[in-house]
Amino acid sequence: MNPWQPSASLSHLKIRARILKQIRDFFNARGVLEVETPLMCHTSVTDPFIESIPALFKAHPHEKELRYYLQTSPEYAMKRLLAAGCGAIYQITKSFRQGEVGRLHNPEFTMIEWYQPGFDHHALMNEMDELLQLILETPRAKRLSYADMFQTYLMIDVNTASIDDLKTCALKENIQLAGDLYNRDSWLIFLMTHLIEPRFDHTQPFFIYDFPVSQAALARIQPGHPPTAARFEVYFRGIELANGFYELQDAHEQRKRFENNLEERKALGLNTLPIDELFLDALMHGLPDCSGVALGLDRLVMLATKCTNIADILSFDFSRV
Amino acid sequence: MSEYGLNEIRGGMKLIIDNDPCVVVDNEFVKPGKGQAFNRLRYRNLKTGRVIERTYKSGDSIPAADVIEIDAQYLYGDGTTWNFMATETYEQYALHEAEVSDAKLWLKEQCECKLTLWNGAPILVVPPIFVNLKIVETDPGVKGDTAGGGGKPAKLESGAIVRIPLFIQEGEVIKVDTRTGEYVSRAKE
Repeated sequence: MNPWQPSASLSHLKIRARILKQIRDFFNARGVLEVETPLMCHTSVTDPFIESIPALFKAHPHEKELRYYLQTSPEYAMKRLLAAGCGAIYQITKSFRQGEVGRLHNPEFTMIEWYQPGFDHHALMNEMDELLQLILETPRAKRLSYADMFQTYLMIDVNTASIDDLKTCALKENIQLAGDLYNRDSWLIFLMTHLIEPRFDHTQPFFIYDFPVSQAALARIQPGHPPTAARFEVYFRGIELANGFYELQDAHEQRKRFENNLEERKALGLNTLPIDELFLDALMHGLPDCSGVALGLDRLVMLATKCTNIADILSFDFSRV
Repeated sequence: MSEYGLNEIRGGMKLIIDNDPCVVVDNEFVKPGKGQAFNRLRYRNLKTGRVIERTYKSGDSIPAADVIEIDAQYLYGDGTTWNFMATETYEQYALHEAEVSDAKLWLKEQCECKLTLWNGAPILVVPPIFVNLKIVETDPGVKGDTAGGGGKPAKLESGAIVRIPLFIQEGEVIKVDTRTGEYVSRAKE
């Protein structure tokens, strides 16, 4: 194939268009408002393992460049809309992530993100399940808590297991890793991607919920023994499809998490970027009680077309731009 | 020594892993949404032939191996060394059991092989895909059998034992697929 030609077949592009319409119909029928938010902002996420692609702006060709960032997800801007009282919203938008190229990754990809005021993460999982049933014609999703998942697939007590226990598990299962990982969560995620996810049966989507508080990201912490983060992830046929939160509302707690992220970034030798004060101001003003989720559209189309490479459903993948 | 970053490593590249030369089978980028980026590397150890899977952090790098493949003619062997001559340079190489491995079963004087050299020293020999070899020992065939249902074992001049159809006789020359070790046909003159 010539590099000028699309990486996806025209039939796949038609399926992609049909899915986009189905998604818009799904949300319109529920009275969820479609919104658009900026792709380029003065700052971006502080997650240690999500890198933003900088974009340089000049007010005039001779003036100095101002550093902006292509957004890795529309989360902060959408929450500012929620704080402004917009009610339930969804967005289908391009998102950008530095360095992510592979069979399941394109540095520029399409994300469907939506927020439902009054929903906890279980209610949002119900809605996500309905959307998947509509588009992928799947049976009802299997739901499993993070702790139950580790217990079921690896007989590991996620609350008490030490780093050495996790290493021993990888070794016992003959998973080779060059070098070491820097903390316990990295080991948990490593075992999840290498040993658990491949064992999910392919007949139904898997919803994993209630994560360790150390992996809360932007989810609220719910009481319990031990407390857990009200976060969920969706997996289907070897593909990580979505990540959702019962959203954290506490601006002080949110600031602390940003600061922790930046500490971690420094320790890892990564660049730091300014904390998004506009987002924190919105939280101070008041984020309604809500849940939100981001779903990868490209991966959804891959599943609908049974493609194994993201290039097969993109008009032009990263090797052709 | 030059190194490759995990993100630039592609199938077919030659690397040094655990002090052995290896060829990359494939390299998959693995990145959980909120987690660290990995590369899941599958490679074949060129000395042992074993395929191994190992996960690297995406920022890591691996030293390149100076590995080349050359055409060489098999000259002769005495059971302890197997001698080859490079087609292009006429340079001669003496290989030992460890390097010739199973290839020795198919070697016949003057056959054209592929030699893999690591830092100039041979580590692997690949015989031609098809070789013509003479049968030096087999049971007499059963009359009337033409297509061969079960077949019978036959010892070839190179030492290999292959299954042949019943109608093929001792002293005949047959064509064998060295990848599978299977009889293909009678050799054409």
